[in-house]
Amino acid sequence: MPDLLLELRSEEIPARMQRRAAEDLKKLVTDALVERGFLYEGAKAFSTPRRLALHIAGLPARGEAVREERRGPRVGAPEAAIQGFLKSAGLASLDEAQKITDPKKGEFYLAVIERAGRETLDVLAELLPEIIRNFPWPKAMRWGAASAQPGALRWVRPLQSIVATFGPETETPEVVPFAVGGIAAGTVTYGHRFLAPGPIEVRRFDDYIQALERAKVILDADRRKDVILHDARDLAFARGLDLVEDEGLLEEVAGLVEWPVVLMGSFDAAFLDIPAEAIRATIRANQKCFVLRKSGSEDLAPAFILVSNLLASDGGQAITAGNERVVRARLSDAKFFWETDKATKLEDRLPKLGSIVFHEKLGTQGERIARIAALAKELAPLVGADPALAERAARLAKADLVTEMVGEFPELQGLMGRKYAALQGEHPSVCAAIEEHYKPVGPSDRVPSDPVSIAVALADKLDTLVGFWAIGEKPTGSKDPYALRRAALGVIRIILENKYLVQISRYITRATSALRSQICLKAVGDDVIFKIGRGDFIDIDIVDPPIDIDRFDIHGDLRRILLEEPANNTVRLNRHRTIGGRVAGSQGSRIFNGVDVSDLLAFFADRLKVYLRDQGARHDLIDAVFALPGQDDLLMVVRRVEALGQFLDTEDGKNLLAGVKRASNILRIEEKKDGRAYDAAPDSTLAASGEPAERALAEALAGAAATASQAIASEDFAGAMRALSTLRAPVDAFFQDVTVNAPDPKLRENRLLLLNALRAATRAVADFSKIEG
Amino acid sequence: MSQKKSFQGLILTLQEFWAAQGCVILQPYDMEVGAGTFHPATTLRALGPKPWKAAYVQPSRRPKDGRYGENPNRLQHYYQFQVILKPNPPNLQELYLASLDAIGVDLKLHDIRFVEDDWESPTLGAWGLGWECWCDGMEVSQFTYFQQVAGFECAPVAGELTYGLERLAMYVQGVENVYDLDFNGAEGADRITYGDVFLQAEQEYSRHNFEAADTAMLFRQFTDAEAACRSYLEAGAPAAETERHRMAQPAYDQCIKASHVFNLLDARGVISVTERQSYILRVRELAKACGAAWLKTAAGGAP
Repeated sequence: MPDLLLELRSEEIPARMQRRAAEDLKKLVTDALVERGFLYEGAKAFSTPRRLALHIAGLPARGEAVREERRGPRVGAPEAAIQGFLKSAGLASLDEAQKITDPKKGEFYLAVIERAGRETLDVLAELLPEIIRNFPWPKAMRWGAASAQPGALRWVRPLQSIVATFGPETETPEVVPFAVGGIAAGTVTYGHRFLAPGPIEVRRFDDYIQALERAKVILDADRRKDVILHDARDLAFARGLDLVEDEGLLEEVAGLVEWPVVLMGSFDAAFLDIPAEAIRATIRANQKCFVLRKSGSEDLAPAFILVSNLLASDGGQAITAGNERVVRARLSDAKFFWETDKATKLEDRLPKLGSIVFHEKLGTQGERIARIAALAKELAPLVGADPALAERAARLAKADLVTEMVGEFPELQGLMGRKYAALQGEHPSVCAAIEEHYKPVGPSDRVPSDPVSIAVALADKLDTLVGFWAIGEKPTGSKDPYALRRAALGVIRIILENKYLVQISRYITRATSALRSQICLKAVGDDVIFKIGRGDFIDIDIVDPPIDIDRFDIHGDLRRILLEEPANNTVRLNRHRTIGGRVAGSQGSRIFNGVDVSDLLAFFADRLKVYLRDQGARHDLIDAVFALPGQDDLLMVVRRVEALGQFLDTEDGKNLLAGVKRASNILRIEEKKDGRAYDAAPDSTLAASGEPAERALAEALAGAAATASQAIASEDFAGAMRALSTLRAPVDAFFQDVTVNAPDPKLRENRLLLLNALRAATRAVADFSKIEG
Repeated sequence: MSQKKSFQGLILTLQEFWAAQGCVILQPYDMEVGAGTFHPATTLRALGPKPWKAAYVQPSRRPKDGRYGENPNRLQHYYQFQVILKPNPPNLQELYLASLDAIGVDLKLHDIRFVEDDWESPTLGAWGLGWECWCDGMEVSQFTYFQQVAGFECAPVAGELTYGLERLAMYVQGVENVYDLDFNGAEGADRITYGDVFLQAEQEYSRHNFEAADTAMLFRQFTDAEAACRSYLEAGAPAAETERHRMAQPAYDQCIKASHVFNLLDARGVISVTERQSYILRVRELAKACGAAWLKTAAGGAP
């Protein structure tokens, strides 16, 4: 069966786009073929910096013939209907139609349309230009003389040539006849830009990939990666070094070369004074080179691996020397940053953070740090940390953001701060917290374990959450620009993995009060922001009634207005005035209407559900627990879900669940019928005088409910479940022996109340109606 | 040192090379600009349908990059060699490589790479796609296909090449400190280095840019330039749809001026983060208005 070979050769495609583009090309072409009824045996796509290629094997030479029957109007229908039928079926006259007889409706016309299968070549010629024209590049461009016209072809970079051949292995394939953007598909491609720039005539995939290889192009990115990795390891090994492997960098580098040539360069060992992470960051980010370790050691070696695209006539000496020069210059910069940074203490950087806006409505980084420090100090005792250390760590935690090194390599935030803190003799817990307070950054990242780190990490995340909740910037759908879901998950993981028993609402309240304690008024035009001790953030622009600014008492009057007037009542302060030397001019508005705690709690509950689901917990059990009021102690929720799951795995649990569900159903129906709720306590004397099963259930309920509540109060969920499990037999017996809807209304009412007591007893543990099964 | 490898020799070679490709060889624009792109021969000529090929050296001023002559790589004043070809010829990459060959970069020995770099100038309302061109791991040029300038789609697209002359010369000469560059290729007492020409200037201008530049005057100049740009645009505006604009270029000069004054103010650290954005926006508005005016001139392709 024939194969398709397609190559789209362009100027250099950004490395990060190549793999995705190859996959897109494969999907678009194969989907379009399948949609038209053309099945294939296999397809594979390839990418290099200068080409996307696609090989589809085992396509039919032509599509299958199609036979379609189309039913027309009845014989003798109005002329208009007949004409419409002939036109839509493509018939010249009724002579070409058949007549069929329907036993109910009489005689009808039938058109039988037979279409021969289309040539695959023609179908390809039709669909390929469309796919090329609408290719989903992240960013595309126009070029050349053609770009003067509207509708000019767009591609990631100028498209230079197209190879498109189709045919069986045994014959010379045909060129798929199409052109796009003035480029006609053909059989000619070109090899490596420098090593084999001449034209290459290709026929089909097998000779294409071989011809490219001879022309110093490795078509398959994975093979290029293999070559790079193995050559790099070998080169390192030969010098007694280990390659520091880096999958992201490897992928990128493989997208920058068609013919990888791995070389090793070195740099002055004096640069090894610079922290290893910074050396790696600069060599990786700026030079796209790999760093090396001394064999069997964690220490970096003064050498690096570079991947060239050129098999140079001098064996790569000039290339290595050139790269060494650049690495030297970069490391000189890094060393300069390191030395410069060390000269300034972290606390001396705080004033600068005071001038950097964190968020227009949430103030500067400096203000945020003050909040986090206050909060970390307050949270410290809850997590067993020294409050003074927690506060100190929080105050220094963001200081490295204004160091030269982090300015150059943002990915080193935290880590550099830790190094600078250690150099200035900070407490080890403070140093660790500066790095670890960002953790965990993802579901698989490590959770900090030092209590000081935990206090600062919690304070940082809670301040973020509360702040953005206060200004109404919540995540929506796939949009979460401030990574609030990650922050909430971080809080959840810190609490659960360290087994803290604490109500999350208490954390939220504390974070909110830290936010409240900074009061800022909006500056409008040439107005100013006043900062005073405690109060609310409020948007202020109009004074009504007007305030005499000179007699205005910022601590009294303003506070009264802010706290007592409706939130949307705004004040305009028309004159600059210094109050206690704490006036700052700034733009932007700040609004603080408080935080909707229950909404934020619901967000935590959602994140906790996601987290527990990922851990394998049943979502219905999570819902059953969250249906109970006041579930904001995360660890309790988790333990409850666990105990519930274990209980429901037992025979007693399953049967009790069935019994409770039955009781709930009966109650729902009867309550609806009677238009009243059966929520009072059952009459125990009446039950005692009733049937034995009724009496037994009433007694069992009284005992089990009390035991379960006690167990819940002492957070013994398994004990509560055990208490409930004693209900199974009486419940089963009750449903077997007792008619709930007894003719005596008093008896009936009491039996319904008994069922309600059963439901209530189980609600101490979870809302059983939310449990499936 | 051969004449050809000297700093001035490099410039002469590039001029000759691009002259042979049909470019007009222009002289630097006689105003302070941050990059060769600001030269009206690029910004304005990139707009409109008329073909255009030009090459020139442009002294570029980046007040914030001054290091008092103490950093071997950073300068507040340096040279760019700028080439603009509209529409871009289909073999622009090959032409660029040939130009490297012409200045003595042996393509059999050196690893030349085109690494993704999307270019954007917020102040000019311009963007394009292209690469930074690496020679053995060092960025030596910028290669851009202009897609939009002054907020207008480029039709046709122009190809722009920007050579960082000092870097390229350092590479060709094998020098690690820019001030050690051989400027004129002469021997003995006649030998002139880059430091002989520019070191004192770097020291003086760093002082000026960071410490002394009169900010009150500069704020005034910014406002004045902005107002002048608008008034020239208004004064030159066509009276009827069918007429042309008569003062697009003088107006654009004021836009360039405002942009440079802003850079100086920025270097003096007197513009806050939020204000910064609004200044950039103000310059962009001027650039857009000038671009619109240019499109109503003869060179801009107006009938």
